[in-house]
Amino acid sequence: MANLREPDEIIAASNADASAELLANSVGDYARIWSRRIRSGESGALPVIIGLIAIVIFFWVKSPSFMTPGNLVNLMTQSAFIITLGMAEIFVLLLGDIDLAAGFTAACGAVIALWMLALGDPWWASVIVALIACAAYGALQGTITARLGLPSFVVTLAGQLGLSGLLLYLVARTGSIGTGGVIPLHDKVINGIEGSQLSGPVTWIVMIVIAVLAAAVIFFGDFRRRSSGLVAPPVSITALKMLAIIAACLIVAYVANLNRGRLIVIKGMPWAVLVVLAILAIWTMLLGRTRFGRYVYAIGGNAEAARRAGINVNRIRTIAFTLCGLTAGMTGIIYASYLGSISTGVNGGQNVLNAVAAAVIGGTSLFGGRGKMLHAVLGGLVVGVIYNGLELLGLSASAQLMWTALVLLAAVIVDRLTRRGQVAR
Amino acid sequence: MVADNAPAQAQQPLLRLRGVSKTFGPVQALTGIDLDIPAGQVTALVGDNGAGKSTLIKTIAGIWEPAAGQIIWQGKPVHFRSPKDATDIGIATVYQDLALADNLDIVQNMLLGHEVLRHGLLDEITMEQTAKQTLAEMRVTTVRNIRQPVGSLSGGQRQAIAVAKAVMLNAKLVIMDEPTAALGVSQTALVLEIITNLASQGIAVLVISHNLIDVFKVADRLAVLYLGRMATAGPVANYDTASAVHWMTTGTGPSGNGSAARNDAGLGGLSDG
Repeated sequence: MANLREPDEIIAASNADASAELLANSVGDYARIWSRRIRSGESGALPVIIGLIAIVIFFWVKSPSFMTPGNLVNLMTQSAFIITLGMAEIFVLLLGDIDLAAGFTAACGAVIALWMLALGDPWWASVIVALIACAAYGALQGTITARLGLPSFVVTLAGQLGLSGLLLYLVARTGSIGTGGVIPLHDKVINGIEGSQLSGPVTWIVMIVIAVLAAAVIFFGDFRRRSSGLVAPPVSITALKMLAIIAACLIVAYVANLNRGRLIVIKGMPWAVLVVLAILAIWTMLLGRTRFGRYVYAIGGNAEAARRAGINVNRIRTIAFTLCGLTAGMTGIIYASYLGSISTGVNGGQNVLNAVAAAVIGGTSLFGGRGKMLHAVLGGLVVGVIYNGLELLGLSASAQLMWTALVLLAAVIVDRLTRRGQVAR
Repeated sequence: MVADNAPAQAQQPLLRLRGVSKTFGPVQALTGIDLDIPAGQVTALVGDNGAGKSTLIKTIAGIWEPAAGQIIWQGKPVHFRSPKDATDIGIATVYQDLALADNLDIVQNMLLGHEVLRHGLLDEITMEQTAKQTLAEMRVTTVRNIRQPVGSLSGGQRQAIAVAKAVMLNAKLVIMDEPTAALGVSQTALVLEIITNLASQGIAVLVISHNLIDVFKVADRLAVLYLGRMATAGPVANYDTASAVHWMTTGTGPSGNGSAARNDAGLGGLSDG
């Protein structure tokens, strides 16, 4: 009996939540569909944004120095390397893989770049060589994982051990450059990523241009879909999304342009923000709008289906690991810029776990097939805010680690519960 | 055991197998299979477990090369070295596991591996329109939002998407392995309707099924395998459930070759071979 009724219910249910989107013309209709989606595990970015706002309000209330211009800009520069390392991880997490070595890939890349700089090479050559080295290492890990069909967890765990050794070796080989295990960074451009900022007016112009561009992409995307008679969100939602992006850009520009200097006037947006946004834009485009990106999602969802569709699964997997290595290399440069040096004491193991945590907190699945580059930004900010806020409260590293652990656990539990809702449906 | 006399003029079958054999080491999986699959008709392939149904469709789909015999496609002998060869000339196979990525939406699944590009980027609009059109041609109406993830669909809808994916590649022959297994009543009806619609568009359909009730609902022709041999094949009107079961279980006709006059309703329930 149940068997007879069930299919119709399924059809009715899917009609109710899916086609309503076609028919939904009011925000109210859409909100109902949205709440259904959240419960069925397709929540998008909303939960993490709400969580981030909640955490920010918590620290705002608790610590007077949290919501100050200086600290907020500090937060942006502090979070930058967690965010980019999270983006590196998302390439492989989408496949259902993981790269535990990425933290040390970043560190080794930074050593290569700083070594070359110390020897007098120009900054761009140093960066290019470091990035190529990191991408090549990623390609090696990808090839071993894909061709031999080994679990990436083990391959990259070996990579983590090996690269932490390589880090010590490389720094030792630099001789007098890396005295005491620290290679200092004395390059205006690389130091400037984290250490200098755009001027006030330029900050406004750049952020307004970014806001307009992003809003235009959303507007014309939805507009074209609607005018072609395809599935598209209602106008009000398109408008809301555009407003949110414009607001975010303007808030960042406004905060960055408040004077945060004590003795002299310091204002303007750190270059790091721009670098992160550029990486975000390019990688988002790559994952969302190209064949490669589509295949990454397909393999993460069902590798066998992808194989039968004629996709070269091994090749895509190798490329994803290569891009993970490349992005880890970028992280290394940003990290060195943030520290003003690179040393043998870099905790690449903890950095990579923070990065994976950032991606997962942002909404990316550890089991593959689900995630976006934006998740690393949102999750990275959550991790960054927790570290920053707890430090301001005077809590020790032990408390910081345990609180981050709780947030990560909460994110995974929310993810699992909503997914269970999806199955039950 | 002879295949029926194909209509003499012009109307040659889309696919003909002549004396196809396949061995795995000492095991003779298929022996001298003759089978005609005409366009625009549903051919049902039935047989007991181990009769060689899977081996036969995998041979047609290009997964295995026959040890002997000929595969004739539109009047010309063909040799498939890989499944891709078979797909390229228009043979699409929908396996039981459907091979869909649950995290991708319907459009993305239907065009997986055949994405349309515009300025080097994915052309979502063209792809969505193509998918929409294909579903409309197949008269799949239960799916209203083709941007929902395939994971949220019912079993019958998933089957429909898997078939649509095959049809989209301009398949002339669609092979379906147990399409109604594990489906409820109305979902089964949906899938059977899709099969009928495919045939009415001139596509040849080869369905493997254990369920003789479904077979008799949609099939135009029946082919019964027994221990790797083609026991009988012909228009479905020549058979009824009882005689089909007799052919499946013994490899011989109920009372002499080809006669299907007897109607032993009691055996109908045992159709699950």
